[in-house]
Amino acid sequence: MKLLVLLFGFALCVLTAALTHALDANGQLEDPVLQTRFERITKDLRCLVCQNESIADSNVELAGDLRRQVQEMLIAGKSDEAIFDFMTERYGDFVRFNPPLEPKTLLIWGAPFAVLVLGIGIIFRVVRRRSRMPLDDEPTPGSP
Amino acid sequence: MWKFLLPFAAFIALAVLFAFGLNPKRDIHALPSPLIGKAAPAIALTDVMDPDRPVTNSAFKGQVYIVNVWGTWCEACRQEHGALLEIAQQHEVPIIGLVYMDQRDKAKQWLETLGNPYTAVAFDTDNRTAINWGVYGAPETFLVDTQGRIIYKFISPMTPEVWQREFLPRIAAARRAGA
Repeated sequence: MKLLVLLFGFALCVLTAALTHALDANGQLEDPVLQTRFERITKDLRCLVCQNESIADSNVELAGDLRRQVQEMLIAGKSDEAIFDFMTERYGDFVRFNPPLEPKTLLIWGAPFAVLVLGIGIIFRVVRRRSRMPLDDEPTPGSP
Repeated sequence: MWKFLLPFAAFIALAVLFAFGLNPKRDIHALPSPLIGKAAPAIALTDVMDPDRPVTNSAFKGQVYIVNVWGTWCEACRQEHGALLEIAQQHEVPIIGLVYMDQRDKAKQWLETLGNPYTAVAFDTDNRTAINWGVYGAPETFLVDTQGRIIYKFISPMTPEVWQREFLPRIAAARRAGA
C-alpha cells in the first residue's frame, strides 16, 4: 500500500514536471518542434473577435485563451488535425483561414479557376475575331 | 441580343450580391454556430452568488432551457438586462447565466444592483466552458431542447421582440417534439 502511494506520488511529480517544463519562461513551448507547430497552427486560426487577425497576432483575451488551448493540446500530443477539428467543431469553418475543400467551400476554392478559364475564353474569342478583321493599313476594295 | 443581355445579367447578379453584403440589418460579426443540432456541452461550474453551490446544465436535463452568456465588461449585456428580467418574470423556461471573462465579485455586484433574472448563474473561471460552447463574445443566448441539444443561438442583445419572434415559437415546438 505504502509503495503504491509512493509510486502514485512519483508519477504525479513526473507528470506535473512534464507539464510545467513544457513551457519556458516566455510562455513558449520548450520543444522547438512543438513551438513551430504552435506558430503554424495559430497563424491559420482566425480570432473571432477581430476576424481579420489570426489568434497568433491578436491581443484579445479570446485569442489568448485559444492559444493556451492549442499549447495544451500540443503538449498532450494531439495532432494538428485534432486541434483544427476541435476549433471547427466549436467555431465553424470560419475559424480557419485555410478552409478545407468540401462541397460547401467549393465556390471559394473554385471561383479563381472559373474566372481564369472565363478570362482565357474571352481573350481567345477576341483574338480570333480580330484575326478575321481586315488590317487597317490595307486599302479596302472600292476606296480611292 | 446576347451582347445586351449578358452585361445586364452580370449587373443584376452583382446588385443582388451587394444587396446581401451591404444590408445594414445584417450583423457581419454574427457567425452561424456549428453546434446547432448538437448536444449542449457540459456546464459544471459554481454559482456566482455562492462559490460552494454547483451549477450544472445536467440538472436541467429533459427541460427546455436557455443559456445566456454575459460579463460585466460587456455594454450590450447591460442593454439586454431589462429584457432578461422581463423574460424571467414570464417563468417560461429556466435561464442559466454563464459569466465569461470576468471577476466573481463584479458579477455578483451587478446582479445585486440590477436584479437577477437567472435560475442559476455559472461562473466560468478559465473560459473553458465558453470555448466549448463556441462563445466568441457577449451577449450570446443559446436555446437547448428536451433532448439536451442546442437548437438555436442568438448573438446580440436580447429584446422582448426577439424573445417573441425567435424564442417562444422554438420553445413551443421543442416542447411539442419532446412531449
